[in-house]
Amino acid sequence: MSKFKKKTDGGIPAISTASLPDIVFMLLFFFMVATVMRENSLKIKNALPVANQVEKLDKKNPVSYIYMGKPSTGYEKFGTESRIQLNDQFAELSEVGAFISAERAALREELIPFLTVALKVDKEANMGIVGDVKQELRKVNALKINYTTGVGDAMTNMN
Amino acid sequence: MAKRSAPEVNAGSMADIAFLLLIFFLVTTTIEKDSGINRKLPPIEETEEDVVIKQKNIFTVLLNGKDQLLVEEELMELKDLRAAAVEFLDNNGNQSCTYCNGAKDPSSSDNPDKAIISLKNERETSYAAYISVQNELVAAYNVLRNKRALVLGSQEGFLDMNFVQMQKNYKDARFVGNKTKLKEIIDQIKIEYPQKLSEVQ
Repeated sequence: MSKFKKKTDGGIPAISTASLPDIVFMLLFFFMVATVMRENSLKIKNALPVANQVEKLDKKNPVSYIYMGKPSTGYEKFGTESRIQLNDQFAELSEVGAFISAERAALREELIPFLTVALKVDKEANMGIVGDVKQELRKVNALKINYTTGVGDAMTNMN
Repeated sequence: MAKRSAPEVNAGSMADIAFLLLIFFLVTTTIEKDSGINRKLPPIEETEEDVVIKQKNIFTVLLNGKDQLLVEEELMELKDLRAAAVEFLDNNGNQSCTYCNGAKDPSSSDNPDKAIISLKNERETSYAAYISVQNELVAAYNVLRNKRALVLGSQEGFLDMNFVQMQKNYKDARFVGNKTKLKEIIDQIKIEYPQKLSEVQ
């Protein structure tokens, strides 16, 4: 009888799964940090200007977004002038009115007067297109607007 | 020597740790809200009566296609705009405004209620410049409202609270204090310094 038993070398030793949660967590944290919540995929450049006299956009009231800016890389065939984007596609100025009507139709009736239109405009866009959109909004009586901006020193916008 | 096999690590408590972290982040996360400058567009009216407004009550700001700023027909730097707008709004030309500290210059605006800032832009004006100017003009109103809020607030028991903080507190669910009173003060300040900013097409 020997004290030293010979190990039976049968079967594969079980792999420890203790580190599996770590791996899952690593992935979880990575995606947690990297995720940006966004409703629409943008086809335009949309670097917002900054301002410091801002108010929070109240999400209690319904908000519709209108994006404006130069078509980004990959969409050069739409030109180099600033364009309007509604939902997920490029739109003409004449479609803005219909867009607002569609947004209103999706709302409960009592919320319709509180619809705010958030203009997300690239800082390199010029006021021509913004003025045109504003005029279209006046025509459909969507008068509450919000110039969406980042938060920062407004003096830095110009350079 | 005998080789001992490594002891099994108990992974049972891992789930607890995971939940602890999950709940912590669940509670502390705030989804970032958009912020911006709120404006109200003028409605299109068919029957437009020409309201006569005295020229001295209008503060014209023109932003041309080269992003140059023309205030009351004079070229101005953006950084000077805020002070100029404050001076105009708080001028109190006909001395009817008891809470103003302005210069009482008869050739400038009568009182804050009559004073109108008119912002014109051209098609080529860049949006960045336009927002900067809007920001400065809103800031001018806020400067005056803040000053007024400090005076009114201390009378009503809201010490060291300016207008912007008052609005923030009013919206904050965790604010302890008399909200109806706060709302009254906010409304009063809004009437005393109404934001009359017209955007001309």
